Amino acid sequence: MLNPQLTQDGRLRHLLTLDGLPKSILAEILDIAAPFTDVAEREVKKLPLLRGKSVFNVFFENSTRTRTTFEIAAKRLSADVINLNVSTSSTSKGETLLDTVDNLCAMGADMFVMRHASSGAPYLLAQHLRATGRDHISVVNAGDGRHAHPTQGLLDMYTIRHYKQDFTRLTVAVVGDVLHSRVARSEIAALTTLGVPEVRVIAPKTLLPTDVERMGVRVFHNMEEGLKGVDVVMMLRLQNERMQGALLPSSQEYFKFYGLTQEKLALAAKDAIVLHPGPMNRGVEIDSAVADGANAVILPQVTFGIAVRMAVMSMLAAGN
Amino acid sequence: MKIHIAKGRVIDPASQLDAEQDLFIADGKIVARGAAPEGFKADKLIDAAGLIVAPGLVDLSARLREPGFEYRATLESEMQAAMAGGITSLACPPDTDPVLDEPGLVEMLCFRAKKLHCAHVYPVAALTTKLEGKRITEMAELVEAGCVAFSQVNTPLVDTQVLMRAMQYAATFGFRVWLQPIDPFLARAGVAHDGEVASRMGLAGIPVEAETIALETYLSLAKLTGVKLHITRISSAAALACIERARAGGLDVTCDVAVHHLHLCDNDIGYFDPQCYVIPPLRSQRDRAALRAGLASGKINAVCSDHTPVDDDGKQMPFAEAEPGMTGLELLLPLTLKWALEEKQPLLQALARVTAASAGIMGITKGGHLGVGARADVCIFNPDAWRKVTRDSLRSQGKNTPFLGLELPGEVRYTLVEGRVMYSAAA
Repeated sequence: MLNPQLTQDGRLRHLLTLDGLPKSILAEILDIAAPFTDVAEREVKKLPLLRGKSVFNVFFENSTRTRTTFEIAAKRLSADVINLNVSTSSTSKGETLLDTVDNLCAMGADMFVMRHASSGAPYLLAQHLRATGRDHISVVNAGDGRHAHPTQGLLDMYTIRHYKQDFTRLTVAVVGDVLHSRVARSEIAALTTLGVPEVRVIAPKTLLPTDVERMGVRVFHNMEEGLKGVDVVMMLRLQNERMQGALLPSSQEYFKFYGLTQEKLALAAKDAIVLHPGPMNRGVEIDSAVADGANAVILPQVTFGIAVRMAVMSMLAAGN
Repeated sequence: MKIHIAKGRVIDPASQLDAEQDLFIADGKIVARGAAPEGFKADKLIDAAGLIVAPGLVDLSARLREPGFEYRATLESEMQAAMAGGITSLACPPDTDPVLDEPGLVEMLCFRAKKLHCAHVYPVAALTTKLEGKRITEMAELVEAGCVAFSQVNTPLVDTQVLMRAMQYAATFGFRVWLQPIDPFLARAGVAHDGEVASRMGLAGIPVEAETIALETYLSLAKLTGVKLHITRISSAAALACIERARAGGLDVTCDVAVHHLHLCDNDIGYFDPQCYVIPPLRSQRDRAALRAGLASGKINAVCSDHTPVDDDGKQMPFAEAEPGMTGLELLLPLTLKWALEEKQPLLQALARVTAASAGIMGITKGGHLGVGARADVCIFNPDAWRKVTRDSLRSQGKNTPFLGLELPGEVRYTLVEGRVMYSAAA
């Protein structure tokens, strides 16, 4: 089986997942992203790397932040950006995913940034492009089901590297709804690849996938124990619909045992940083005092996200 | 038409025969083995030197997609596939549209199938009307119309009281009940084996317990009601262990496995290959090993194709949105042979699982063996020829299989149905 996101000579063809991506490519993306962080400070916030290219943001699932940061990133690279909110357009009229994509290809797309509610949907797209001889069009996964959100994982790695430099001396805790989280899967894949010696997950059993320890993590159900001495706390968003049904009894109880408060954070290393992919549920998974506190690096994450997405897009454009 | 099949290696599991013998066919029946009956003058001689002469295969589950899903496959296309696969008898499950729950529908299907003079079609009727699990069907009339068993297919019957009554009613007449163990709650929204692979891929998992919990219920009720129970498509080591425990407790129960479960496991999903989306899901390597061993020891009685033709539109979807199922009629023999080769099982044993054993489960006596007086349903194949599976090589309208592009052993040379050559491969 050919790895669909790499070229024969091991360069990035698409960005579909961080799981299985070599350390060298992860590091390369972070290195390339670094100079892009300054672009926002310039008077002219533009680079010509994607001039004349058309980037299609195809979102089969709603998103504001991710779509916007992709759009900004593409525009800073001088691409033409077309935003499609497909969840409200043709698929509701019965068009299949691949029909939609074929139509967009006919409009001259060079790159797809796709979000989809089904795990693996960007793979289908990548395989379809290959099968139809349109290998020059790249795909960036902007989140697929519970599977992966690679640019979020990368921007988190960028943030960690920015504040902590060396991955190989860190203890990192990922807290919350790992089961339903594509962000958690991408983070865990990246952290373990980049050599973080201890990655912990903290959650009740109902929010952890089966055999999660096989992903290379240490499992904690008690948040106080899990946070002890950690350098990085990566919070996950808890979607409200998880509160109904049998996963969790109530948001109050969840907050009491798994919400990040100053008190619990005090158990982590003194200079620990707190990340959150947003949008936050204050008072559910994170207390406002922490979200707005000195340890939080949640807003820098957003800024770095643009640089990381610029890096990914420019690498794909150069490679293809 | 009188046919003389000469010099073939005749393997007839029902009579434990594996020897070079001639076979003589007249009036659609096998009239003699070994020496020709007095005065026998063949109209046609089939030289089977170097080939295996076996009973036509008996498949416990092949979806023909009629009525209701003719855009996916038709009786005509799938009958051609059955012939090319050496399958001469097949049971078709009731999950058609409309559901096979009325004698009229069953009669119509049997009538349509008969007209094609290909494989013998044995409908399996719904255990409850519309498979809804509320009202039992007119079982006795359905059997008169030609049904061989009753099933809920992939729609589990949740109401245990209805299930018990349905079993009691079937047991009254000695009818067979075939059930696929699925707990609908644990399996809810699941599309893959609940384990490391599904967790990594972010696919909703179906735990093994979804199989064993339902299975324990079925086995308990079978013991209570005395129904002839057959468990279809087991997928896990734990399920086989449950069945073995029930047998040790004195329950007479049979079970089968889908042939793809002998070769694939959850790892084969690879990069979200929708061709590997099946019900029950492909489980772990350990489970696969247990199924392979269980078939060799005879704890699993039979293998079936679980043939489910799906068109490209149904498969070119994200994994969880795709239609489940694999095409299988033309792969049943090759994949069974491949298993036998890899497990060093004698051909006699391997063929028993797709002929005599499955015929026994269906309760048919005229097919599935080569005894004198039996229907002359014969599959003549070359076990040593390896053939590549391609979209063009498959006659089924369903090209949906992860085995595309692979070479598999076994080439069917002739398929005879009631003494008529219905398929012959270009030599």
